[in-house]
Amino acid sequence: MAKTHVDAIVVGAGWAGSIMAKELTEAGLSVVMLERGSERTTPVEGAYPESIDELRGAVRKRLFQNLSQSTVTIRNTMDQTALPYRQLAAFLPGEGVGGAGLHWSGVHFRVAPEDLRLRSSVIERYGEKFIPEGMNLQDYGVTYEELEPFFDKAEKVFGTSGEAYKVQGKIVGNGNVFSPDRSDNFPLPAMKDTFSASIFRDAASNAGYHPYALPAANASRQYTNTYGCQMGPCNFCGYCSGYDCYLDSKASPNVNILPVLRQDPGFTLIPNAHVLRVNLDSTKTKATGVTYLDTKTRKETSLSADLVILGAFQFNNIHLMLVSGIGKPYDPLSNTGTIGRNFVYQTITSSRVWLPSSSYTNQFVGAGGAGVAIDDFNSMNFDHGPLGFVGGSPVWVNQAGTKPIAAATGAGGGGTPRWGSAYKDALINTYKHSLGIDAHGSNMAYRDVYLDLDPTWKDVYGQPLLRMTFTWKDNDIRMNQYVVSRIEPVARAMGATKMNLVHLDAGQPFDTRNYQTTHLGGGAIMGENPQTSALNRYLQSWDVSNVFVIGSNAFPQGMGYNPTGMVAALAYWAAHHIRTTYLKSPGPLVKA
Amino acid sequence: MEPTLNRPLRRSFVKGLLGTTSFWMASGHASWAAALAAEATQPYQPVFFNGTEYRFLEAASERLFPADHNGPGAKALGVAEFIDRQMQTPYAHGENWYMSGPFQQGPANLGYQLPFVPRDLYRKGIAGVEHYARQHYGKGFSDLSAPHQDEILTALEGGSVQLDEIPGRVFFEQLRTNTLEGTFADPLYGGNRGLGGWIMLGFPGARADFMDWVNQEGAPYPIGPVSISGETA
Ligand SMILES: Cc1cc2nc3c(=O)[nH]c(=O)nc-3n(C[C@H](O)[C@H](O)[C@H](O)COP(=O)(O)OP(=O)(O)OC[C@H]3O[C@@H](n4cnc5c(N)ncnc54)[C@H](O)[C@@H]3O)c2cc1C
Ligand code: SF4
Repeated sequence: MAKTHVDAIVVGAGWAGSIMAKELTEAGLSVVMLERGSERTTPVEGAYPESIDELRGAVRKRLFQNLSQSTVTIRNTMDQTALPYRQLAAFLPGEGVGGAGLHWSGVHFRVAPEDLRLRSSVIERYGEKFIPEGMNLQDYGVTYEELEPFFDKAEKVFGTSGEAYKVQGKIVGNGNVFSPDRSDNFPLPAMKDTFSASIFRDAASNAGYHPYALPAANASRQYTNTYGCQMGPCNFCGYCSGYDCYLDSKASPNVNILPVLRQDPGFTLIPNAHVLRVNLDSTKTKATGVTYLDTKTRKETSLSADLVILGAFQFNNIHLMLVSGIGKPYDPLSNTGTIGRNFVYQTITSSRVWLPSSSYTNQFVGAGGAGVAIDDFNSMNFDHGPLGFVGGSPVWVNQAGTKPIAAATGAGGGGTPRWGSAYKDALINTYKHSLGIDAHGSNMAYRDVYLDLDPTWKDVYGQPLLRMTFTWKDNDIRMNQYVVSRIEPVARAMGATKMNLVHLDAGQPFDTRNYQTTHLGGGAIMGENPQTSALNRYLQSWDVSNVFVIGSNAFPQGMGYNPTGMVAALAYWAAHHIRTTYLKSPGPLVKA
Repeated sequence: MEPTLNRPLRRSFVKGLLGTTSFWMASGHASWAAALAAEATQPYQPVFFNGTEYRFLEAASERLFPADHNGPGAKALGVAEFIDRQMQTPYAHGENWYMSGPFQQGPANLGYQLPFVPRDLYRKGIAGVEHYARQHYGKGFSDLSAPHQDEILTALEGGSVQLDEIPGRVFFEQLRTNTLEGTFADPLYGGNRGLGGWIMLGFPGARADFMDWVNQEGAPYPIGPVSISGETA
């Protein structure tokens, strides 16, 4: 017989959900993890050679969310009608056990400490007037020092490869000079530089910048993690992003947590279970459990629990909060409410550099997290005073394995032919002799950029779709333009025969048709004030204290770094405080 | 759900199917299995497209990806066959697209908003282009000279032509995307014959092991491609 009551329910089987389920099971709780998608294990999904199939994988989008069941609507501005996101393009949310953690790339960052207190930091340096009108710049309410043990813990679970700069106050290696102190080294040495990354490293260094190896959750060596889960050495096959690693070299919940968690008698994983809502008691201050639909039998089940963890990914977490009535929906006109507030993304533009025809970049060689980056224009690492914008971008060569259909469909355009013989010439030359350099930057929060429920379109379960109101704003466009302009001298030093520097244009609206990143953030942010944040510093709902909402939804603004390292650290941080404080006396961990 | 292949070797795959088509039948792929088996003895017989449509596909895809000094074009690579086979898959029915109405049009940057799945786009789009070709050039598309075919494709791409219910540009992008997929997908799907697409690009296919080739100072990767079925070139 199925249980009707458990100690804790976890919604979503991605990184956030799996970390929380592991921690709560370790604490002795009975835990049920509900995942809307199907069961997935790497020996099946990742089996060679079928996994090395671009058409079936990233092109037909085998592992991503099936939009026919549910999606979002999107508009740029509040006066527009938002329209459904009908085909996957701009972002590729996950579905199935492992979530997007099964098909992510593996760039595994910590956080730039100043990004956690960006509002305070900007005001200290440039004064409050420096913050543009309408920008909701906020602090996280937690410091790097507080989170450090949890970054360390996550890296040892993910088997992260990297080169440290400073460990316990001592300079130990050729890592990122802007990165903060660490309690310990990376568990594995850095991934090797690809040819493309190595020439970027040399050129960036000659230009006076500070290149470092990207921290990668791709195993540079064989590794056994904290839980006893094993990873094999990555061979740079180039099938990380959008695929399931056939060598168990890329960290995923499926490889690094679930093999052990599944053995625990206190843990139950239920796939094909789409959570429709969190049930609340009549006071709307306590969750009683959740109601989910078995997507195979179409049967609805209610399960009660003392604790509910949302780990359904950023925008799904907001959707669940809104349809369940957790907290007060954000209203941009009155500037009240918190659920849906500070919805953010990330700016990313990819520039291209061509080398002489004697140099082959072999772009199919690569690993999702491998590469060389500079942080000279990220976070608060440079003087924003004369530039007049908030935020920044790391710049990197992250050759992750470019496959031919992606290369071909993306080639041409911008005044060059997109078909015909001249297109073929350019495609082949570009594939063989070029490399990409990305500016992967922050995105600030604005009063009129937010999430709410769509008035028109519904998912197959009859619930309103989530509506995104989002566009690029002047501050972030100018930030991107500035950082991209800094790439030029590096590209020259690399021996570029040609370059195409790509940046956002003034007034350019967000375009849903081109892949950017799946690094959506905010919408239920953490903070110190319940008027301006949905969650307290422990990611606990201010309004419903037995609900914790884990994910990039907690970020007050989009940072330059990829989010998952931060998501994992926040999950371990929240779990630590649940285990050490909340479970002893359930209730708000911070007085509102 | 896309079917997974137990034995990926193409030759044995075809043979295996002759013995046990039940798996494909169950997923509605009986016609594909039959087509694959027949291919060994006679040219591919399209299943979804009729003769005129198939000739359009062969002609148009060849203009988009023509045979030239770089190597084979779409026709020799089997792109039309690839697209016809794709029309038998869940993709062609828009199975992971959100297709609930209302269908309201908006700015292009908010993405695709038509009520049509790929099968509809081809059926209506090809009819529209054929009509346009007869109206402006007095002949069906595949009977036109290459420069005239290019004029039509250019007009479609540029967005100046509306094909009845479908904007010409939408149809063009569908055709271009599927043409390039057929050029560069694993030959398992009927295109990229003889691995010709990959050879042109220098893509090694399913090698998927570059431990020794992470940084060879810009030298070209020395080994030719291999397909999922083990075909090499
Ligand atoms: C192609 C790609 C490459 C990426 N590369 C990187 C990278 O290099 N570095 C990096 O830091 N990040 C990367 N990311 C982002 C990264 O994947 C996410 O940040 C991370 O996986 C988020 O973890 P999560 O647990 O919050 O959400 P997810 O992994 O999305 O998991 C959420 C789970 O919840 C399930 N769910 C949703 N709604 C419901 C519901 N109502 N009921 C039940 N279950 C539900 C979903 O099906 C999903 O399985 C990448 C993403 C993609 C798509
Ligand atoms: S590049 Fe490495 S980590 Fe990525 S899929 Fe291949 S073997 Fe796995």
